[in-house]
Amino acid sequence: MQVELVDIHKHYGAVQANDGVSLTIAPGELHGILGENGAGKSTLMKILAGFTARTSGSVRVDGKPVDYRTTAEATGLGVGMLYQDPLDFPQLPVIDNFILGQTGAVALDRKAFKARFRELADSFHFRLNPEAPVNSLTLGERQQVELLRLLALGTRLLILDEPTTGISAAQKEVLYAALRRLAVDGKSVLLVSHKLEDVEALCDRVTVLRLGRVTGAMARPFDTQALLKMMFGEPPPAPSRSAQPAGSAVLVMDRVSSPGGRSGLVDCSVAIREGEVVGLAGLEGSGQEVFLRVAGGLKAPQAGSVRLCGRSMAGCDYHTFNKLGVYFVPSARLEEGLIPELTITEHVALQEERRAFRVPYPAAAENAARRIETFRIKGRPQTPVEELSGGNQQRLLLSFLPPDPRLLLLENPTRGLDLESVNWVWQLLQSYTREGTSIVFSSPELDEILMVADRVLVFFNGRVIMDAAAAETDAPKLGSAIAGRV
Amino acid sequence: MGADAAVHGSNRFSIRTRLSDVLLTAAVVFVFTTLLLIASGAPPLQAYYQLFLGSLGSWIKFTHVVKVWIPLTLCACGLLFTFRIGLWNIGVEGQVMLGAVFTTWALRAGSDSPEFGPAFIVLSLLASALGGALWAAVAGFLKTKGGVNEIFAGLGLNFVAQGVVLWLIFGPWKQPGVASMSGTETFPTELWLSAPALLRVPPAALAIAAAALVATGLILHFTWIGLYLKAVGRNPGAAFLYGLKPARLMVLAMLFAGGFAGLAGNLQVTAVYHRLIPAVSSNYGYLALLVVMLANYNIWLVPPVALFFACLNVGSIQLPMMLQLDSSLGGVIQGALVLATLGMHGWRQIRSTRAADRPSVPLL
Repeated sequence: MQVELVDIHKHYGAVQANDGVSLTIAPGELHGILGENGAGKSTLMKILAGFTARTSGSVRVDGKPVDYRTTAEATGLGVGMLYQDPLDFPQLPVIDNFILGQTGAVALDRKAFKARFRELADSFHFRLNPEAPVNSLTLGERQQVELLRLLALGTRLLILDEPTTGISAAQKEVLYAALRRLAVDGKSVLLVSHKLEDVEALCDRVTVLRLGRVTGAMARPFDTQALLKMMFGEPPPAPSRSAQPAGSAVLVMDRVSSPGGRSGLVDCSVAIREGEVVGLAGLEGSGQEVFLRVAGGLKAPQAGSVRLCGRSMAGCDYHTFNKLGVYFVPSARLEEGLIPELTITEHVALQEERRAFRVPYPAAAENAARRIETFRIKGRPQTPVEELSGGNQQRLLLSFLPPDPRLLLLENPTRGLDLESVNWVWQLLQSYTREGTSIVFSSPELDEILMVADRVLVFFNGRVIMDAAAAETDAPKLGSAIAGRV
Repeated sequence: MGADAAVHGSNRFSIRTRLSDVLLTAAVVFVFTTLLLIASGAPPLQAYYQLFLGSLGSWIKFTHVVKVWIPLTLCACGLLFTFRIGLWNIGVEGQVMLGAVFTTWALRAGSDSPEFGPAFIVLSLLASALGGALWAAVAGFLKTKGGVNEIFAGLGLNFVAQGVVLWLIFGPWKQPGVASMSGTETFPTELWLSAPALLRVPPAALAIAAAALVATGLILHFTWIGLYLKAVGRNPGAAFLYGLKPARLMVLAMLFAGGFAGLAGNLQVTAVYHRLIPAVSSNYGYLALLVVMLANYNIWLVPPVALFFACLNVGSIQLPMMLQLDSSLGGVIQGALVLATLGMHGWRQIRSTRAADRPSVPLL
């Protein structure tokens, strides 16, 4: 089917995620949407999939305007989306995941569904055991299950959001082959990615988004340099590694295990040295988030020990770690890091020293105004934090960092920031490392880790399966370690 | 103004929408109550008129209203602290009772030496705040140390408090000769909070309620306690990252709530009944929860809303006599008001969420 997006606008408060995007996807086309983080790709796809409502603009299917507001209605029209983190039911077997949403019947004909599943899976050369629980599958296999389910639902436009993140090279080939076959069958495929190589390898046509607008489109053969320019404009100078010589150990973990997240943290022994920048790589939920929380005293280790500057931290909570110069900045800004309904001033006041009975709000407001200016936050002292855009919330959190921390634990510190902001954030953080501060950060972006980290820890299924100097590794090596192969 | 609206987004409602909300809510409640009255065969206008006469029809009636307004306002002040930190302190009812119990204990000690009346009244005030606060602290610790939801803890403690009151009235503190539902023996007048004949309401009681309002307003809006309670109430996890101790602050909020509720219990004894009676709390704790919700957790709206509720309470007393209507009509109107207000608030929020265009995931 042919799908047209016409002049799509989407505002989140003052933020324009999509600013007049128009796009046509032809039947049987493999269409790529390329753009940096925060370019507006995901928003556009969520609008197309009925997950989010657009502010203005129209969608046409086969020339007829359509208006749908839920994912179910989109499915009815034949639009299906494969999310980056598949929306499946991990405890249920593959076949149940396949059946879900396909029937409203009271009595299930499981046999028929199983036969249909086998037939579909075989036609794409997917090797899947219908009775295996989904949580025993790799991400790539979960994608395959979801893909089959979407096809069985009658999907004619398939949207894939960063499908190659976190799957093995072999699975990528299988996926690409399946997508090519779909295109031959006349189905349209929309591939969303920030990776040039993905799009170049698969797509017939590519549309580039930047800051919510279409900056260009191109058909095969692709001109890589031109695409890069469309993606980034004139790229600003990238930060490079600080190359500080690492000093003595600040934080030492010895055989630490702790439950939590998808995989917990298993038998982790790591030392973080003074002035070192350590990047944590791995699929989301592979243990990085538990690592950061144990390192900050937000979670007590179930086994093993944590030492900070030689001192045993058994039984200490975050407040004690904090007094010793450890700061944790969570990834979920509004859920974990900021307090909704409190203004920027109130956040600043929370961190001021408590002297009198009264909160010195005027002084806090002045302080807030200073930070707003220094950190280029689009907001005012009296703005409640939930009304700031994601990037500005991130800047605000970073503005709360104290002047002389010993260890910064940052979870996805550049999540949702555009390239320029990412560079700015790292320039700021590197000014800390020059003073001897150690930084441990997690990021789903290998490029970012390779760019700024001195050392990389790769997490797989709760374990650190690779610990290497950034200079001695590269993206392919990290990628295969992330998928579990060292 | 344009920039302001952009920065502040759409979830700050303008005065006009608020006013239209209030009018719409009032209309819904009025229609509902009127239909109810018609269904029960009573002339609606007559019933409303009687409600008005029964509460504001004479100075004496109005003083009854004020005597209800005082404990309602005190409880509401305390509840502002617990709501601020996100706790449903439904145990406020039991905290009132414990305040009354501690008051009675202090005054009984003074019964033998009435010449020191004022000293014992002051002592009873302190004791009542302490008693209410202790009772609230039990719920607070059950919540923070035992993981018991404060609603269940509070509800359970309310039953226990009622049991304690009854046990004291029929046991250790029974009237000489015969225990009675009418309560303990009446205290000598020296141990009453006295009221001038014309005013009929003890000025000291009014002063305490007024002081509680001012103190609550100042603490919540200008001090660290207010800021910390709000921070923990909105996001305890993040507040912890900012160095706050959510569990301690929750107990602190409970102490404030219990203290104010205890004072309300004290005034029920010293200013109204002059003895401990089984129904000493008169459900004012539960009613205060409704007052605070209807006031949208805003302290400036608490006094008028509490006054309105007090009017309904007092006004409905004479309905059975005048119109053969049950006196629960006042309660029906109060309940309908709160439900309609909450419904209106929820509806606004859903609409503003839609307008802000967050993911349009259906509610069910």
